[in-house]
Amino acid sequence: MATKASRAAARTMISPAVILLLGWMIIPLSLTIYFSFLRYNLITPTGNPFVGWENYYWFVTDPSFKAAMLNTLVLVGGVLLITVVGGVMFALLLDRPMFGQGVIRIMVIAPFFVMPTVSGLVWKNMFMNPVNGIFGHIAKAFGAPPIDFFGQIPLLSIIIIVSWMWLPFATLIIFTAMQSLDQEQLEAAEMDGAKWPSRFIFIMVPHLSRSITVVILIQTIFLLSIFAEILVTTNGGPGVSTTNLTYLIYVSSLLQFDVGMGSAGGVIAIILANIVAIFLMRMIGKNLDA
Amino acid sequence: MGQIQLNQVSKSFGSVEVIPPLDLTIEDGEFVVFVGPSGCGKSTLLRLIAGLEDVSGGHVTIDGADATAVPPAKRGLAMVFQSYALYPHMSVKKNIAFPLRMAGLGQAAQDKKVEDAARVLNLTDYLDRKPGQLSGGQRQRVAIGRAIVREPAAFLFDEPLSNLDAALRVGMRLEISELHKRLDTTMIYVTHDQVEAMTMADKIVVLQAGVIEQVGSPLELYQRPRNTFVAGFIGSPKMNQIEGPEAAKHDATTIGIRPEHIDISETEGTWKGTVGVSEHLGSDTFFHVQTEASAEPLTVRATGERALGYGDTVYLTPRPDHLHRFDSKGLRLE
Ligand SMILES: Nc1ncnc2c1ncn2[C@@H]1O[C@H](COP(=O)(O)OP(=O)(O)OP(=O)(O)O)[C@@H](O)[C@H]1O
Ligand SMILES: [Mg+2]
Repeated sequence: MATKASRAAARTMISPAVILLLGWMIIPLSLTIYFSFLRYNLITPTGNPFVGWENYYWFVTDPSFKAAMLNTLVLVGGVLLITVVGGVMFALLLDRPMFGQGVIRIMVIAPFFVMPTVSGLVWKNMFMNPVNGIFGHIAKAFGAPPIDFFGQIPLLSIIIIVSWMWLPFATLIIFTAMQSLDQEQLEAAEMDGAKWPSRFIFIMVPHLSRSITVVILIQTIFLLSIFAEILVTTNGGPGVSTTNLTYLIYVSSLLQFDVGMGSAGGVIAIILANIVAIFLMRMIGKNLDA
Repeated sequence: MGQIQLNQVSKSFGSVEVIPPLDLTIEDGEFVVFVGPSGCGKSTLLRLIAGLEDVSGGHVTIDGADATAVPPAKRGLAMVFQSYALYPHMSVKKNIAFPLRMAGLGQAAQDKKVEDAARVLNLTDYLDRKPGQLSGGQRQRVAIGRAIVREPAAFLFDEPLSNLDAALRVGMRLEISELHKRLDTTMIYVTHDQVEAMTMADKIVVLQAGVIEQVGSPLELYQRPRNTFVAGFIGSPKMNQIEGPEAAKHDATTIGIRPEHIDISETEGTWKGTVGVSEHLGSDTFFHVQTEASAEPLTVRATGERALGYGDTVYLTPRPDHLHRFDSKGLRLE
């Protein structure tokens, strides 16, 4: 890709794909923006007058908006923390030679293949249910009162479920990076007098930082739009304690049939996602070049 | 100080014995080269000394103290790896300072030592660069710098020059030899390049399949190889080895004669032959001559001016005082 000619050729070759993707993005985006300025409610068919920023005003001043923002933040942050720390630990474990290595590696990856709705339901009914769930049984076996996960710690429960689903992804990426670490570097550090914690901090973590960045970037994008797990477990409740931004938009447009309001929420979500993306790129994207 | 002693040291990977029990003493201040073909266990032996591998049997003694169970960091040895093993995310300065930092040295003392090492190795201008921004030779020097600052009892080098081009290799070879003279520290150097071994070593250890074939000074090995393997391995081009009736004339199973110890004439000599390929190096010319003495063509060294064409008939005469004789087990006969 060095010469002018090859760059021009590359641009020409890639243009059909780019134009298609652009159209794919622009049309729904324009429609959403257009709807967000209309009073457009499916149960009050009064025509769709232009109302300016009214939808935005009501969406933002709704008390559940503030809660949803906070929940989104806690959800994304919590899951990132658990998956990155857990992913590094799992990668360290998987990296050691052990019995049944192949099978264990596949088992660790498995949760990633389970659909979000399925895993949400499995967790809800088989693990976290205070009467029938395994955690309930364990608590009872020790004589402790079972925890009503979705009643007492609803957001944390969602975080646990989502972390369980994303841990394999983080583990896989970090594990691959760990395997590409030059063993001679570790041996050199060992000869240089670095004990295991020092080797971990000074050699492994810097080596892993790039893949951890990738994990954080990719996961953030997906975690901002967590929906299925909430829908099948808590329906955003109790109250709005597990309603994130995505779920709030769903409530506006599909439960209250307010297309205009939902669109306004959608546009806000797009803007927020872009702010987060730029922020993340700025903050940790420097790990990706060089 | 830096005397290293191996007593009956052996190493097996699973059921494969890579190094059968061997004894070796390396004196303080010596430059010892382990040389041998690929896969003969040179690196393994070095790693046993470094402590990066556990011995399967025997004892490693460093400066009179049993170091068999001592972890690598505590043995006081520094190693330079074939891939250099620099820390890619640290600057040259941080790389060199890393062992000092691990030892808990103060910042000022660290800086001073790093500066000293950088001056010795001509790295002063590169201290703030990352290893990725250095040339192969500079990386090599950083790796050596990281070893020097620790002031180890002995340096271990595992084929440090094999990633460098020929010209740079010659330069670094000299630099390492010079470093050895200046620091006067024990150095163990692994290579499969016999030229490196001959030019750098005080003492060469020739290994084959984990067994020490011969230990001695470069000249000893050149003049009096203990067996046919050493005879073939040391010296370039290889020693000519002749079996059969010609050898029997000298009461031996195999006789060996180096290319530089054969006289070549167009009129008379011991063995008649025809010239095959000739290799002109400028200073020397190597002729490959097919003779009746052996099935393999013999290599002969002549001066660079000597002009002989393909297919010319020549006569070869080995110098009798440079003839090596080996018995049926390949061992040297006196
Ligand atoms: N970790 C290991 N597990 C099993 N076998 C090994 C291991 N490390 C080395 N070996 C074997 O031990 C033998 C000696 O290996 P070693 O690396 O010491 O060779 P070497 O002399 O350094 O060769 P080279 O010149 O190619 O570097 C080889 O046959 C190799 O296959
Ligand atoms: Mg080796």
